[in-house]
Amino acid sequence: MIYVENLTKYFGDFCAVDQINFDIQKGEILGLLGPNGAGKTTTLRMLTGFLKPTSGTVRVKDYTIDEHSLEIKALLGYLPESAPLYHDMLAFDYLSYVANIRKIEKDEKTRRLRQLGDLCGINEVMHKPISQLSKGYKQRVGLAHAMMNDPEILVLDEPTSGLDPNQIVEIRDIIKEIGKTKTIIISTHILPEVEATCDRVVILNQGKIAADGTTETLRQGARGESVINVSISGANLESVKTELGSIEQVLAIEEALDRKAEDDTALHVRLSCTSASDLRADIYRKIKQTDWILLEFYQEVQSLENIFRQLTKEN
Amino acid sequence: MRQVKNIFWKEFMTYFLSPIAYIVISIFLLITGWFFFMVFFLYNQADLRDFFGLLPIIFSFVVPAVTMRLFSEELNVGSYEILLTLPVTSRDVILGKFLASVAFISAMLIPTLAYPITISFIGQLDWGPVAGGYIGAILLAAAFSAIGLFASSLTRNQIIAFIIGLAICFALTLIDKMLFFLPQSLLGIFEYLGADFHFQNISKGIIDIRDILYFLSVSFVGLYGAHLAMEGKS
Repeated sequence: MIYVENLTKYFGDFCAVDQINFDIQKGEILGLLGPNGAGKTTTLRMLTGFLKPTSGTVRVKDYTIDEHSLEIKALLGYLPESAPLYHDMLAFDYLSYVANIRKIEKDEKTRRLRQLGDLCGINEVMHKPISQLSKGYKQRVGLAHAMMNDPEILVLDEPTSGLDPNQIVEIRDIIKEIGKTKTIIISTHILPEVEATCDRVVILNQGKIAADGTTETLRQGARGESVINVSISGANLESVKTELGSIEQVLAIEEALDRKAEDDTALHVRLSCTSASDLRADIYRKIKQTDWILLEFYQEVQSLENIFRQLTKEN
Repeated sequence: MRQVKNIFWKEFMTYFLSPIAYIVISIFLLITGWFFFMVFFLYNQADLRDFFGLLPIIFSFVVPAVTMRLFSEELNVGSYEILLTLPVTSRDVILGKFLASVAFISAMLIPTLAYPITISFIGQLDWGPVAGGYIGAILLAAAFSAIGLFASSLTRNQIIAFIIGLAICFALTLIDKMLFFLPQSLLGIFEYLGADFHFQNISKGIIDIRDILYFLSVSFVGLYGAHLAMEGKS
């Protein structure tokens, strides 16, 4: 549905987004992830037609952004970061102005405003000036603004930044609810948010795509090795190294001092293995042949956080 | 056109949401009223020439104050991003804001109709120059609004927008008073550039196509400048 092709943006000499390519299917919830300054907002701004790309293009359905930006804008709903709304207007007046611009007819408008008021939970603040709203309510008015035309594609730039945990859960629920029928693009640097809401993740780093896939495939392919932790008593590091190091797929063995508690006599080791096959059976058989006492034995699950840190730190 | 109307109404209503509008209107009426009636009874003539004579100078202060927030505030708050990702073109935005400013200044002029009405009771008032004066005032408001809008599109700071707008409007008003500094050959050109020169022609009651064309072209240049400034930001 959305095709991003060789999208590049320079601000003077600074390259904010460097030749990125990705597609978004209809009905997908895509998370755009990256550290601060990775180019997430710039990418979204080019997607929504606010910034003109230096080169490359965005196609939405059959429209390209440089020729049919009005048509694309009519399909999109966009909530910029921190919801910069006109602060001297009443929430109701503002939304009704957006409805006029979105060419919603008069009788339809009242119905639509009521519907959005229920969905976003802003009925009680409709008659307050936007400047007096709390951040959470402002964000919700922004969300209502973005959904005014019942858009096919919803673009949200850090929709939960600065909200309290309850509000975050509420906004996430709203997003999930809408995501059943719509295509949604969310940018964020909050990782649990991606795991909670997104079907697919694109990780940006320094203007380039560092990874693209579902959270599952990212976990598997993040690095070609898995980590197994073992705690043993009655053994020393040297013998463990020789015993377990004899397994071909074990790449490295090191003592995990961070897991060692005070007056702890057990030996904690971390084994890095190629992740082609599960080595736990082989390791267990090796240990069974010795007289060590096995206290703990588990394979580390790669958290999205670790993957994110690896991908964005290495470069 | 429909989007221009939407933006026009939003901007026009926003003027009356903040106290600034009422302050500007009050100051405008106070100043024009004071300067006009201070000398009116001394001259003992039933016309509005003094009122219209002052208008360009007063407008070069008041109009930039009216237009300064139109773009600067949007740039400062960031709402410009929302506006431009709605299905509107920058032409719709600029025209809507421009018309809102002209409409606001016209609304500000309405109370001054009390002057000709009062005068018509106490003397023989010639309504021709009065009508010309008001038409000229609206044209002048349009030209200065376009300049103010351009100034506002340059910066996110409203004070700077006001000062830039004021400087340009003030220069256009005074340029034909400075002609004795210039060589003979340039006189014609600089006289033509003076807003006051064209405005005084119209306020005599002579509606000349050249004067109207002058105000329309200044408006166009200002609006086009604002358009370029906004395009440059994306």
